[in-house]
Amino acid sequence: MTAMLEPISELKLEGITKRFPGVLACDGISLQVRQGEVLALVGENGAGKTTLMNIIMGLYRPDSGTISVNGEPVHFRTPRDAYARGIGMVHQHFMLVPNMTVAENLALGLKQLHHFMWLDIKGAAQKIRDVSERYELPVNPDAYIWQLSVGEQQRVELVKTLCLGARLLILDEPTSALTPQETDDLIERLQRMASELAIIFISHKLNEVKALSDRVSILRHGAVVFHGQTANHEPSELAALMTGHDVTLPRNEGGGPPGEPLLSVKNLRVRGDRGNLALDGLDLELRAGEILGVAGVSGNGQREFADALAGLRPVESGEILLEGRNLANRSPRAIIDAGMGYVPEDRQTEGIVPSFSVKDNLILKDFASRQFSWLSFLRRKEIDRNAEQLKERFDIRCPSTHTATGALSGGNIQKVILAREIARGPKALVAVYPTRGIDMGAQEFIHSQLLDRRREGVGIVLISEELEEVMNLSDRIAVIYKGRILKILPAVEATRERLGILMAGLADPDPPAASVHPSAGAAHE
Amino acid sequence: MNKEKLVYGGAVIVGVSLIAALLVALVLFSIGASPLATYKTILTGPLSDVFGVTEVLVRSVPLLLVGLGIAISFRSGILNIGAEGQIQMGVLASTAVALALPGLPRGILLPLVLLAGALGGALWGGIAGWLRARLQVNEILSTVMLNYIAAQVHTFLLRGPMLDPNELETGSGTPQSMRLPETAFLDQIVPGTRLHTGLILALVAAVLVYVLLWKTTLGYRMRAAGAGAKAARYAGIPVEKYLVVAMLLAGGFAGLAGAVEVTGVHHRAIEGISSGYGFAGIVVALFGMLHPGGIVPSAIFFGILLIGADMTQRSAGVPANMVLVLQGVIILSIVSAQSFLRNPYAQERLFRWLSGFRPKKGAQP
Repeated sequence: MTAMLEPISELKLEGITKRFPGVLACDGISLQVRQGEVLALVGENGAGKTTLMNIIMGLYRPDSGTISVNGEPVHFRTPRDAYARGIGMVHQHFMLVPNMTVAENLALGLKQLHHFMWLDIKGAAQKIRDVSERYELPVNPDAYIWQLSVGEQQRVELVKTLCLGARLLILDEPTSALTPQETDDLIERLQRMASELAIIFISHKLNEVKALSDRVSILRHGAVVFHGQTANHEPSELAALMTGHDVTLPRNEGGGPPGEPLLSVKNLRVRGDRGNLALDGLDLELRAGEILGVAGVSGNGQREFADALAGLRPVESGEILLEGRNLANRSPRAIIDAGMGYVPEDRQTEGIVPSFSVKDNLILKDFASRQFSWLSFLRRKEIDRNAEQLKERFDIRCPSTHTATGALSGGNIQKVILAREIARGPKALVAVYPTRGIDMGAQEFIHSQLLDRRREGVGIVLISEELEEVMNLSDRIAVIYKGRILKILPAVEATRERLGILMAGLADPDPPAASVHPSAGAAHE
Repeated sequence: MNKEKLVYGGAVIVGVSLIAALLVALVLFSIGASPLATYKTILTGPLSDVFGVTEVLVRSVPLLLVGLGIAISFRSGILNIGAEGQIQMGVLASTAVALALPGLPRGILLPLVLLAGALGGALWGGIAGWLRARLQVNEILSTVMLNYIAAQVHTFLLRGPMLDPNELETGSGTPQSMRLPETAFLDQIVPGTRLHTGLILALVAAVLVYVLLWKTTLGYRMRAAGAGAKAARYAGIPVEKYLVVAMLLAGGFAGLAGAVEVTGVHHRAIEGISSGYGFAGIVVALFGMLHPGGIVPSAIFFGILLIGADMTQRSAGVPANMVLVLQGVIILSIVSAQSFLRNPYAQERLFRWLSGFRPKKGAQP
């Protein structure tokens, strides 16, 4: 059925320009990609990558410029037109219906399976089997989406796009939700697939760009600032081109006296959303002036751990002691007042109220304090002053502090959250995936802020799946697996490989015989 | 920035009204009426004399009060569809208090009667709020059901325990309560018309609601709970508590509207006293962008529509219920406009369409 499609030998964009009110999103962009080639499209958030891809898919129409496939100009009005010419896109946020099977999800988009009153689900399943065999993307067509891991869902998206006839794949930050293992696996599969397809790989993770792509184009402020062969350039060089200045992610240089024990979590048991024991006897101790990294494959209890620390999930048993005071099952307000800061996982919905202005979000935890209110009237002047000051100090880039926070880029939203949490002067700070999906410039800033707080004696729990981040920032690294801390090791002893093995729940290979079977529980240094 | 947003929002509202007017014109046309003449009567008829203007304002008062309450609840993330029932509870409570304590001096009785109305409505709204906060009962469902219950209670009391004894004697049996003591009447503003001091009360309430929502910590909490429940919870705001508070306030305003209708206009509880204000108030609030500054003109506008509709019935033979059609179309238009504004792709498509098929530079086939 896909035979009618000629393979894409070349997609070419010339002088694509797209203007939105007040913004030049794409400024005369030209690029091309051929069959058998992986083009990495790199740029910070807001550089125009997604707009450009939406133009290719026919969701936006360019103000000027041409798109041609195999040398022939095309005008796509909808994604369907793009698919008809063999161009398909896998979005950063999966477009799958969770309570349908893989085959049913494919049938949603494939008209030829619909015959009047009858839907050819078997045909859909067969198509999926064919494609998954051909491209070595194992997928079970009868599985329900909600049963699948994020990595498997990513594969379903790929298979779906291929089944719909795409021979040029646009992958928008495909690894942003994957674990390190899943990421490696995906990159390997994409490499194998690349010979028959053309791939545009959008990312700002430069090590992945390096591993996968043949050529790289860098976008900044809507314009292409660099084209080149990936092999000839170092990631640091690409990073500098992407941000416009040299980027060196700061590292924890150690030093400083080990502080007093600050937060200790003892034998914590917490139930997950499905009633399972998501945390099953978790032990942890955090000192003042220390960054404790919690590494693990997502879904091993990180979310429940963070919720419990913030008072948003009931604790079944165990203790959370902050300076000796038990905070387990206290209200979020009581925990905040005890000096706990929190940078939540989902910044758009948990960290900020999107429709509120920047200045209102900056007082989300303190609006009732004496500083910002008087007899329960808000002190607007003080709120404005606070906002201007924090905007300056935390380099929050927004048109004004009246701007709705939800309209800012991810990095700037994260800065708003960090500004609020840090300005409160917390004793302990829990940061969950603090730089997920954030561009390098903002990442650098956030990392150095965390390290500064460490020097000031704040104890920080850093929950992250980014091994680089954890290894760069932490003093010690705790590996979480199935709701327990499998092992805690000093950051200097951690390597990517060793953490990867521990995160998979296997015994620690490095010091032989030191570690025992995982089911024996938490092993400490 | 805020000014721009206001202008933009205003432009959307105007655009939406025009679309709604066009759609209703189609309906008018199809029933054989002249859309232009009908609109002319609706919009200019009520304002052609002083009496018309005062009648418009009389209708605006309950619309304004209900709309303010709706704005509080919608801003707090709870969709109160139950103003109709809350009004009726306010009517019953205020009438009962006025009839039970006729001997009190005016300075005490009148505030007490209004307060009773507000409390009656607040209680009725609070039930839905509590059900939502405690048991996750969908408030749309519960408020609609509470409307039915309130309507039955209202009918039962007016035909039974609260029925005016005179009605039994004279035998006409009109379901209405006894007339209130005059010490419980609101003053007239313009002598010889029905316009009463409830208007001033409602305008003051509009200012108070603005201050409450945007200048106080309570308003901040409620708006945060409504606009981002999760973030509010993470920030230590007990969202459920403020759902209940919002419903108490929303019900209170609806109940107050009922009490004002009793003390200002009818001077007794009668059947059909709420006359759809509870539902129209939702349209008023949405049309006013859930902001007191928009709800005041919006309430007056809908007051004009209601009076104008009566006039078209008399002069142009167009059923007054056409206003209900107009209200429905306006709601649909507003809701579609809102989802349109949230969808950048749809906006892009509209602009594409508006810019016509004029070929773009460099994009010729």
